[in-house]
Amino acid sequence: MSIKSRSRWEELAMLAPALLVLVAIIFVPFALSIWFSFTDQRLVPRPIPTRLVGTTNYERLFTDRLFWQAIGNTLLFAVLVVPFQLAISLGVALALNAAIPFRSFFRAVSILPLLLPMTVVVAIWSMLYRIPTGPLNMLYQGLTGSESYIDFIGGSSTAMISLVVLSAWASFPYQMLIYLAGLQEISPDLHEAAKLDGASRWQRFRYVTWPGLRNVNIFLLILTTIQALKLFTQVNVMTKGGPNGATTTIIFYLFQQGYTTQKVGYASAIAVVFFVAVTAIALLQRVMLRNEGEGR
Amino acid sequence: MNARFHSGGLLPLGFVIILALGILLPLLMMVTISLNPDEQDILISMGTMRSFIPEVFSAQNYIDVWTDPSRPFLRYLVNTLVITLSTLLISIVINSMAAFVLAQGTLPIRKPVLLLIIATIAVPAESLVLPQLIMAGWAGIIDSYQVQVLPGIANAMSIFLFYQFFSRMPKELIEAAQIDGFSFFQIYRYIAMPLSRPVISAIAILQFLEVWNAYLWPVMVTRGPEYRPLTVAMGAFFGTNQRIPWGDVMAFAVSMAVPVILFFLIMQRQFIASVMSAGVKG
Repeated sequence: MSIKSRSRWEELAMLAPALLVLVAIIFVPFALSIWFSFTDQRLVPRPIPTRLVGTTNYERLFTDRLFWQAIGNTLLFAVLVVPFQLAISLGVALALNAAIPFRSFFRAVSILPLLLPMTVVVAIWSMLYRIPTGPLNMLYQGLTGSESYIDFIGGSSTAMISLVVLSAWASFPYQMLIYLAGLQEISPDLHEAAKLDGASRWQRFRYVTWPGLRNVNIFLLILTTIQALKLFTQVNVMTKGGPNGATTTIIFYLFQQGYTTQKVGYASAIAVVFFVAVTAIALLQRVMLRNEGEGR
Repeated sequence: MNARFHSGGLLPLGFVIILALGILLPLLMMVTISLNPDEQDILISMGTMRSFIPEVFSAQNYIDVWTDPSRPFLRYLVNTLVITLSTLLISIVINSMAAFVLAQGTLPIRKPVLLLIIATIAVPAESLVLPQLIMAGWAGIIDSYQVQVLPGIANAMSIFLFYQFFSRMPKELIEAAQIDGFSFFQIYRYIAMPLSRPVISAIAILQFLEVWNAYLWPVMVTRGPEYRPLTVAMGAFFGTNQRIPWGDVMAFAVSMAVPVILFFLIMQRQFIASVMSAGVKG
């Protein structure tokens, strides 16, 4: 055997493990997902064999009120949490990038939430949101002088907001660190020059920092949106999709349909729609931001 | 005003102080309540200053949580450790090997394989859990360590980060090693891997958080305490319509959070650098 062909076999052997596992955990399940979505596949095998049902699952999706509610809830969550979380991340990154005392202490503290598993974050916030005498309700009563309380988790208008605040608290440090990296890429000379020209702090942010963060913003907008669309853990542990489906998200609904009630065929149609939507949003966002950038 | 206030100013400082309080107060409350053995008193104190400043220092909740046979904390901790460490170990080895072939090998299929792998970075794992569950059923590995390790070991993002690093390695270095009689695998093992310590720690740290915090998949594939990780056990405190034992929940939460926070304090520099690098490159 020549050295070259020996090396080829060696390379194949080194590439194979990762490739085989990727095929097993992504490509095969992806193909199965599409296949199942056209069948009445159940989670646990039944005596009656699985049948092809054509596009029945997709047709049912269109008239399934709960599915549309789940889409609406998921989009609402994304629309609320993405700007909120990114604003906090950017704010903290800007503050930590300024010359403040005890900077490394504040940086360490601001990373802490990222280290807590989401279930721990939910436990902490369930306590903060407690009715009628949790800390946040005490704060509310203290500030407004009101005797009543807010049902943060059980109220249909507040449950979603409560999830948004909790989620932003739990995961903003990741985006904050990436903003911090982006801020450090911007040359200090630009700021110095702007300062010499008499630019105010706001003008320096608007005309130096913000354009300098353009790529970071695009990246984080996509990353955070996709993260938001996958919302599941907080819902499953804290609100169970309620009250009255007000916090049922797409992944939670997929989990309910496919796992709890074992209708894998139907849930696979949800999965396919979700997959297409996530990919489309990622592409759309990219295109929109690119055009906007060129328009300047 | 001195120079520090000119460049920094009071606004950023005020902002981070409020933020730090918003993070530390809930954590302080978690610790305070975990130290209070009296559930009745916890409910009374909730929302007052007493839920933030410990008056009693009792380890009772911790003892309860660690020795409760129906919710064996130590078993869950061992499970989480086994799953996390074996995922990281296998993942680092097989992903770096594949990436080295893609970056420095001679196989003609490298380009299409690389593109295919990069394309899977965008695939939301959550959309694949049901077919994965059915496949795990076919393979007969439901409720095991393997079923929880498998989805994490081949990671497109890790392959991509390793690929970026390996493709910047100087060609001369590899050619020199070939002349010295190193095989392709030996070059990977004895030259490329020792050079890639910073990438390895970056990838390991990012994946550590992911695996340690995994929830959806473990919920679906574990049936009892034998293989169940900490996250799922924590979530189970919040079942339907049961009274939540806050003292125990918080002792469980603290016990679960402390190892990660310690790990982070030791690795702080690498941790920050790894998240930053993933962001800029990704």
